[in-house]
Amino acid sequence: MAEIAAARPPLAAVPAFARLRWLAAPLLALAAALAALSFGRYPLPAWETVHFLFAAAGIAPMAPDRYALLHNLIVEIRLPRVLAAILVGASLSVSGAAYQALFRNPLVSPGLLGVLAGASAGAALAIVAGADWLLVQTSAFVMGLAAVGIGVGIAHAFGGGSIIMLILGGILSGALFASLLTIVKYMADPYSQLPSIVYWLMGSLGQANFDDMAWAAIPMALGILLLCLMGRALDALAMGDDEARALGVPVTAVRLVTIAAATLISAMTVSIAGMIGWIGLIVPHIARLLVGPGNARLLPAAASLGAAFLLFADGLARNLSTAELPIGIVTELLGIPVFLIVLHRVRRGWTS
Amino acid sequence: MSHVVEARDLAIGYPNRRVGAGISLGIGHGEALCLLGPNGSGKTTLFKTLLGLLPPLAGEVRVLDEPVADWSRAAFARKVGYVPQAHAGLFPFTVEDIVLMGRAARIERFAAPSRHDREIAADCLAALGVGHLRTRVYTEISGGERQLTLIARALAQEPALLVMDEPTASLDFGNQIRVLEHVGRLRGRGIAVLMSTHQPEHALRVADRIALLAPGRLAGLGAPAEVATPDALADLYGVDAAAIVASLPALSRLQPPEKHAS
Repeated sequence: MAEIAAARPPLAAVPAFARLRWLAAPLLALAAALAALSFGRYPLPAWETVHFLFAAAGIAPMAPDRYALLHNLIVEIRLPRVLAAILVGASLSVSGAAYQALFRNPLVSPGLLGVLAGASAGAALAIVAGADWLLVQTSAFVMGLAAVGIGVGIAHAFGGGSIIMLILGGILSGALFASLLTIVKYMADPYSQLPSIVYWLMGSLGQANFDDMAWAAIPMALGILLLCLMGRALDALAMGDDEARALGVPVTAVRLVTIAAATLISAMTVSIAGMIGWIGLIVPHIARLLVGPGNARLLPAAASLGAAFLLFADGLARNLSTAELPIGIVTELLGIPVFLIVLHRVRRGWTS
Repeated sequence: MSHVVEARDLAIGYPNRRVGAGISLGIGHGEALCLLGPNGSGKTTLFKTLLGLLPPLAGEVRVLDEPVADWSRAAFARKVGYVPQAHAGLFPFTVEDIVLMGRAARIERFAAPSRHDREIAADCLAALGVGHLRTRVYTEISGGERQLTLIARALAQEPALLVMDEPTASLDFGNQIRVLEHVGRLRGRGIAVLMSTHQPEHALRVADRIALLAPGRLAGLGAPAEVATPDALADLYGVDAAAIVASLPALSRLQPPEKHAS
């Protein structure tokens, strides 16, 4: 190739700001987490939260009674909720981005594919049946998986898997599981179970407690990591199955792992925080505007931005009025204008 | 002679629709084989079968003397590059991103492309005369530029065999000539080329051998002068031999003059 190499100028170094651009999303998430730990009914200045974190790590000294107060406030009250926001926001966004690459469809998300509806029907059914935590999660995952399968199956049976048919398939599958959920609600005890199901599905991070979060954190973090590692394979998949195979990508394995991981983590968000819409659709687009379409950078960026977005939305839900708003409503209200902006910016790329 | 790819009595098609049968052909190292055939004769189906993307209905495909089913996808991609017909793509990848996908089988599974990979990508683009496209967005360049990008991607796999599905179909006249010249240069580097085309003059220009794929069977395989006769082409495409001669002046240079009298 020597004579060919001479034909081109040497590769220009990537400018520093472009190389560091991927840092923007994680830094934003970090700032949002710090803000979420500081704001609340008992507001703290951000520097005091940082001081406490250093003290907790044993780096900085702090008066014992002050430390005990802040420990109660930050670690016991706010941290589970902040962790829940980070995990749920990151999971929904990263699985939305992964679904979009996998199905070659910029308009799908865990919500639009029916995963969230399937998972909520599954979780509600298990709750009404009096199942334990693990069974609720399993039921949510299995029904979420069934919802994807039905949506994709409809799209392939009737439209060869085109963009619009996959969305219609997802809507149909979502409607099916929404009606299943209604049946479950109808069967539920109207005085105790029904209100709890309804409030839970509206979406709140306030139900998060440390034990549940500790259990959920491991599979969710693993799922997010696994999806992030799929980045390059998903890039090739965006070119089509045959091309991806010809490029050396084990398409079937990548597809199975991606669907399983994305469905698992988005189903788990339902049992932690109810149905939270829009994030899984819009955050991947914002991330794509920020770091480009390459999934190796896009998926981590989407995870960080999703965490930041949900921390911000939860901050609004907690602080906007004296009574807490359901976070699902806040993300929808925030999501619609953001989606309009994104739509305006990216619609050129959707014409095919 | 050992073959890069060899088909033995191959039947191709889908479980419910057989497209062709009894296909036997082999391509040697550094050889260019052009496949001519009318629309619907199964050129793309044959390519997919040779690439291991579609299981054969009967017979066997061997790549470098190993049955195609025994290859892992990654190992296969290090030996065989595939250039599909250019398509629009969906996400706004840069041209460099697309060409770097050709390095997928040569990069550790979860690693990022190195500077070396980026240099190879830039070299492959420069070799096709489109080095300036490197930072452009793939969804925003012309169809011809996309086709050249996909060829560069297959070259980035550093393959022993390049399978090209109508690589000149969407190109302007200059780019057609450029691609054909490059096919000639690939042969010089020992890379075998299997390409399909709708333009017999392209096959005459670059092919060491020509294969004629009629619907359902291989109608001819051999040196251009023996296979691409006016009568055979007339048969293949279902038109008049005189019309073939009139449309393809290049043919008369290949055929001995006395043959035209008949």
